[in-house]
Amino acid sequence: MSNQSDIPALTKKDFVSGQEVKWCPGCGDYAILAQVQKVFPSLGIKKEDFLVVSGIGCSSRFPYYMNTYGFHTIHGRAPAVASGAKLANPDLSVWMVTGDGDAMSIGGNHFIHILRRNMDIKILMFNNKIYGLTKGQYSPTSELGKVTKSTPMGSLDYPFNPSSLALGAGATFVARTMDRETKHLAETISLANEHKGATFLDIYQNCNIFNDGAHSNYTDRELKNDTQLKLKHNEPMVFGVGGSKILKLEGSNFKVLELEKGYSLDDAVIHDYNDKNLAFLLSEITMNENLPTPFGIIYKEDKPTYDDMMKKQMDLAKDKGGSVDLQKIVSGSNTWEVS
Amino acid sequence: MAKTNKKTQELDIVTIRFAGDSGDGMQLTGNQFSDNTALFGNDLTTLPDFPAEIRAPAGSLAGVSSFQMQFSSNDIHTPGDLLDVLVAMNPAAFKVHLPDLKENGMLIVNTANYSAKNLKLAGYEENPLEDKEIVDKYRLIKVDMSDLVLKSLEDMDLDAKSKARCTNMFALGLLYWLYERDMQTTIKFLEKKFKNKLNIVEANKRALKAGFNFGDTIEAIRTTYKISKAEFKKGTYRNIMGNPALSMGLLAASQKSSTDLFFGGYPITPASDILHFLSNYKNLGVKTFQAEDEIAGICSVLGASFAGSLGITASSGPGIALKGEAMGLAVITELPIVIINIQRGGPSTGLPTKTEQADLMQAMYGRNGEAPIVVLAPQSPGDCFYMGFEACRIALEYMIPVMLLSDGYLANGSEPWEVPDIKKLPNIKTNKIDTCSDKFMPYERDDNTLARPWAVPGVKGLEHRIGGLETEDISGNVSYDPNNHEKMIHLRNKKIDAILGIVPDIVPFGDESGDTLVIGWGSTYGAIRTAVERAREEGKSVSHIQLRYINPLPKNLGDLLLKYKRVIVPELNLGQLNFILRSKYLIDSIALNKVQGKPITVGEIYNKIIEE
Repeated sequence: MSNQSDIPALTKKDFVSGQEVKWCPGCGDYAILAQVQKVFPSLGIKKEDFLVVSGIGCSSRFPYYMNTYGFHTIHGRAPAVASGAKLANPDLSVWMVTGDGDAMSIGGNHFIHILRRNMDIKILMFNNKIYGLTKGQYSPTSELGKVTKSTPMGSLDYPFNPSSLALGAGATFVARTMDRETKHLAETISLANEHKGATFLDIYQNCNIFNDGAHSNYTDRELKNDTQLKLKHNEPMVFGVGGSKILKLEGSNFKVLELEKGYSLDDAVIHDYNDKNLAFLLSEITMNENLPTPFGIIYKEDKPTYDDMMKKQMDLAKDKGGSVDLQKIVSGSNTWEVS
Repeated sequence: MAKTNKKTQELDIVTIRFAGDSGDGMQLTGNQFSDNTALFGNDLTTLPDFPAEIRAPAGSLAGVSSFQMQFSSNDIHTPGDLLDVLVAMNPAAFKVHLPDLKENGMLIVNTANYSAKNLKLAGYEENPLEDKEIVDKYRLIKVDMSDLVLKSLEDMDLDAKSKARCTNMFALGLLYWLYERDMQTTIKFLEKKFKNKLNIVEANKRALKAGFNFGDTIEAIRTTYKISKAEFKKGTYRNIMGNPALSMGLLAASQKSSTDLFFGGYPITPASDILHFLSNYKNLGVKTFQAEDEIAGICSVLGASFAGSLGITASSGPGIALKGEAMGLAVITELPIVIINIQRGGPSTGLPTKTEQADLMQAMYGRNGEAPIVVLAPQSPGDCFYMGFEACRIALEYMIPVMLLSDGYLANGSEPWEVPDIKKLPNIKTNKIDTCSDKFMPYERDDNTLARPWAVPGVKGLEHRIGGLETEDISGNVSYDPNNHEKMIHLRNKKIDAILGIVPDIVPFGDESGDTLVIGWGSTYGAIRTAVERAREEGKSVSHIQLRYINPLPKNLGDLLLKYKRVIVPELNLGQLNFILRSKYLIDSIALNKVQGKPITVGEIYNKIIEE
């Protein structure tokens, strides 16, 4: 990628394409689009070096609305298309936009493998816990017993916990944020950009038509202080109104303690996003009704990316093999002459 | 040892087959003999045939692996129909292959393996080697190869299993003696292959020589054979198999288009060798990506193609089925990718290691919607190079997905091949652009090729979006307009027609008109050509066309077909090309079909030609 100094000053407007945005009025996708368009100009990347790749679903219309290079592919396959583009040109800043159905169901295989390989691609998963574009069937993140058009008596599937799935697959950056919390969303997108490797953002997004209020636990004014755990690296795990509660680790279980009952911040677990064990424990409380759900960076690890390792092999092969003459390859080692 | 009692007989053409258990090393033996034969200067064609299992149960009929080759002082095109020599290393191989041995053909057996247990596994109550009928009908050469090998390695510090593994070299040595060959090619091969295991080299060399000397010593074989060199046109030659030739054609296209090659694929028989081959050429800028599945293979190729690489994937029938949706995406986004199908027996998993041509309809129509792609078919192992190159050229010059239909027989079969001069291959002009005068229109087309511009991420000012939703002509924006949809459907079809500009007119082998035309595609070339040559020598009015371009079909084909009273279409399927020809040209062509997982023979086609 180029030096910052070469890059003309960009604004949000530079990233707005001429296409009419066709999401339903009130859809959470608008907020995410706005934040991405706001953050991209600040990243120090040339506009032409951005590539946005998506699969199928409401969220996957995203590339059409970004005035960058974009590829709206087929259902579930965005990770593979994005990987190919990144490997073909490692200088690109590749962003993948997907949904909970696209990434965790039809594209589940590609999702785990892009993470496993630590491909340097930023994955934004809009998680509304429903199939929206097909008009409201339960998704792999819908809660058990979800009543939808396809499950009139309630769904029988246990949901995926996306952050645990990502951690298990070897993601090197796992974070959660939300459409409604635009500042946190923008910050998390910036942090994702800074990470080199497979970057997974579980973005809670509201589908106001087919699953309105799926995340109301975390957006409701009355509840959100107690349900959201905003993670900060090297800082104690605090939540509740005015920071009144902390999380303490007892064995392998988190316990909620209230400061007013005589506990201090010293009793709280300090978040270390490089600690994978802690990350797994944190990720798992996402599904726990008695504990807050973590937002922010759950896990971050620096390790070589697939694209970098491929580049190294390519360079090594060129150094060692030199510019082998294709004619020699085609001739092989056993030829004979007919005269 | 002086060859006092032996005489040499000159022959024009010979067909031999090595057959044994899948662990017996028959493929290696066959490959060694064919490389040696090629270097000696005969024309040759080979047919490897092996089970899908790596090690099927030892001694079983299902576990038989064989390698057939025909070699000649004349120009030949097939691995031969019936055998002059059969080497049957065990009773199962004997049982499976004996029906193909000519009467009075030479039958060489390793008696050590004809134990009661192995005979039973092959379904024999009595040892067929004692059967008077067989002794009378064939020239039976009984050799206890295993024992002779063990004896010749007696003083070597090697375990019994390693010693037994050298038995195939004994058989090879014996055949080298029979055809008066020099063994140096194999000795060199052994020295290279086992360069860190000197005792293995030594053991194999001894077994090889033991086989050669055995031939010289025994009285049972009094005649050795000599097949003169074939007359090739002047040039440099090598022996080549289809998959390596195809891979090299792709490399050449990458160089001639100055476009880095990106290969994304998933392991599948018989296509994996292309992935293996290409992964060795990172120094030429070739990137290979072993994806998590077939779908990811082609999707990675689409991403790479969008990003400016020459994107190629290869698979076989079941994998191609999985790639169908992504091929449709390539059609609608008009990206230059090449999809290689090394066809095998189907449906489903079918016969993974056997050959078939039953994916033609899949190639033509196996996608949702009106989704035409270019379909090409190489006709010989060496032709895989040229058609691989051609597939890339068309993809890049016309911004269109191209399917190349090879098959298991072409992939693993070999023939002498004149090494192409890379300098003489044409340059390939891609549609890449790095600037545009006005607002960039990603679907504005070249007047001749109808190709859209290839604007690659990273190029300033050409930012644009593509995708699987219907695309507005010129602007490339999403469009649900009914008339635009119909227009785009027609445009995508016209792109196929535009390629006719470079598809050469057909020149039939034989006559421009006549009684019979035999028309085929792909790997049936050799058998059809040989059958037609034989019939013509007998004065029959018969000609041959082999189609290498199937979509689009050559311009003059329709007129040509009408000039023959009878059109025969041999195929390794139930008549798929025949179906296309009948529907497109309204001719009453006759299908000749075979679906046994093996190539059609010269005799089968010849018999159809002479049928009245």
